[in-house]
Amino acid sequence: MMYDWLYNLTGSEILAMFIVSLLPLFVFILPFALFAVLMERKVSAHMQDRLGPMRTGYHGILQTIADIIKLLQKEDLVPTATDKILFNLAPLLAFIGSYAAFAAIPFSGFFIGTKIDLGIIFIVGVTGLVVAGILMAGWASNNKYSLLGAMRAAAQIISYEIPTLLIILTIIMLTGTLSLYDLSEMQTAYFWNWLILGGPAVGLQKILLIPFMIMGCLIIYTSTLAEVNRTPFDIPEAESELVSGYHTEYSGMKFAMFFLAEYANMFAVSAIVAIMFFGGYQSPFGYLGNTLGWTWLVPIEQFFWFTSKGLFFVFVQMWLRWTLPRFRVDQLMAFCWKYLIPFSFVILLLVGLIALM
Amino acid sequence: MRDYIYNFWQGLYTILIGMKVTFKHLFVPAVTIQYPSVKPQMPERERNRLYVNMDDCIGCDQCARACPVNCIEIETVKSIPGEDLGTTSNGKKKALWVTTFNIDFAKCCYCQLCVFPCPTECIYMTDVYEFSEFKREDLVFDFVTLLPAERIQKKKNFEEMQAKKEAEKIAAAKKAAAQANKPPEPKQDKPDNKEENI
Repeated sequence: MMYDWLYNLTGSEILAMFIVSLLPLFVFILPFALFAVLMERKVSAHMQDRLGPMRTGYHGILQTIADIIKLLQKEDLVPTATDKILFNLAPLLAFIGSYAAFAAIPFSGFFIGTKIDLGIIFIVGVTGLVVAGILMAGWASNNKYSLLGAMRAAAQIISYEIPTLLIILTIIMLTGTLSLYDLSEMQTAYFWNWLILGGPAVGLQKILLIPFMIMGCLIIYTSTLAEVNRTPFDIPEAESELVSGYHTEYSGMKFAMFFLAEYANMFAVSAIVAIMFFGGYQSPFGYLGNTLGWTWLVPIEQFFWFTSKGLFFVFVQMWLRWTLPRFRVDQLMAFCWKYLIPFSFVILLLVGLIALM
Repeated sequence: MRDYIYNFWQGLYTILIGMKVTFKHLFVPAVTIQYPSVKPQMPERERNRLYVNMDDCIGCDQCARACPVNCIEIETVKSIPGEDLGTTSNGKKKALWVTTFNIDFAKCCYCQLCVFPCPTECIYMTDVYEFSEFKREDLVFDFVTLLPAERIQKKKNFEEMQAKKEAEKIAAAKKAAAQANKPPEPKQDKPDNKEENI
């Protein structure tokens, strides 16, 4: 494990812990956010037959860096009528919520922030901080659009947490573990051991599980998409109705914090889907490191597979964003309560019966 | 219940159709033209900034009179005898020095009405459309090829010639007057003399 390795290297528990806790931020979230913002712009542009940023660097690859520099230079504006403390605290809270989720995500067999047994529940719980941050931002902005956006966000995230948790419960029932590390280790070896294809079970059970697993995967993907407030579920931001929702009054680095939180969240939920249904960091067809006998290569390969899977789901999120128009509020609620929740209950029940078999 | 399942299926299926469409567009070449580095193909008979080929201009003032917004300002000076102004490309002899030919593109409405009356086809539309300026005065384009000193020179020449002519006229008139005045005296004298003689 990364922590033990660093502990042996540095000889100090505090230093090792510090480095391990900062690694996801500096090695992963920041570069990912830089890359994802550019990817979002390029994907959206090419889906609309445009080119996207082209001027900064080759085909605009330095665009996000230029944007970050611009945001850093900006004055830190705090409108006079705001609730100062909450206003300044909100972006931090939103970012902490999405950052903390990375603590329990196994990037590879070698590197996982903390190997807690309640991994998945921890992630769902700590992501709740984002709701608090958004609600705080909306309330403290003292702006009716911000408040409307924040209320919508809260309503939406709380509603969509139910189908998410029901599907998570299904997986817990099937696998008997809450730890994401154990979940990933369970789906090792080849891709037919992934839970989307029935998991490591064999025989009739596996075949019976496949349709429910595919349905469950679609449901959890949709509901987590709604939890991170992306189109078609972006009614809290809804730039054509609410200016830009809860971050209307924010500028400069505070706005960048919200932005970073959004992109970190995007990856976090994609990672959850990848871990629960697509084998997490496991390679679909064995490891080159094992074949060649280079054991040090295996964690790197695992990291590669994990980021590729995560990035693929992030790409699908972007793909959906430029395909589907935004829901109305009533449609959003109807979709959750009338379709997703009944379906996930049925899946929970039937998967339970199959697991008993 | 059947409708419910059907709705769910329909929702899922149509989303996949939409995703197929957007995925196809991911590989369609972009329609964007990288403007300042790549310029779009302009249509034939485009109407942009005017240009005046002063070698061909005979200073006939027809374009200025055709202009609906009076943005063309022309002043001409007659050449003095013996000066060779050359010929236009279609063989007309030039007789006037064009000392002012200003087109104010702030006023110009790009109607192309000035282009048709020109007898020598020296005023025409170009494909230049990027000529914005910070000051309105900078949009007044001077097409005259003569130097400022030359323009003054031409005017002076003409005035001198005019003055010379005037002087000549006056001299001639004086002469004539003198002749008209003088001869009668002898004539008067002569008849007188003759009468006296007679």
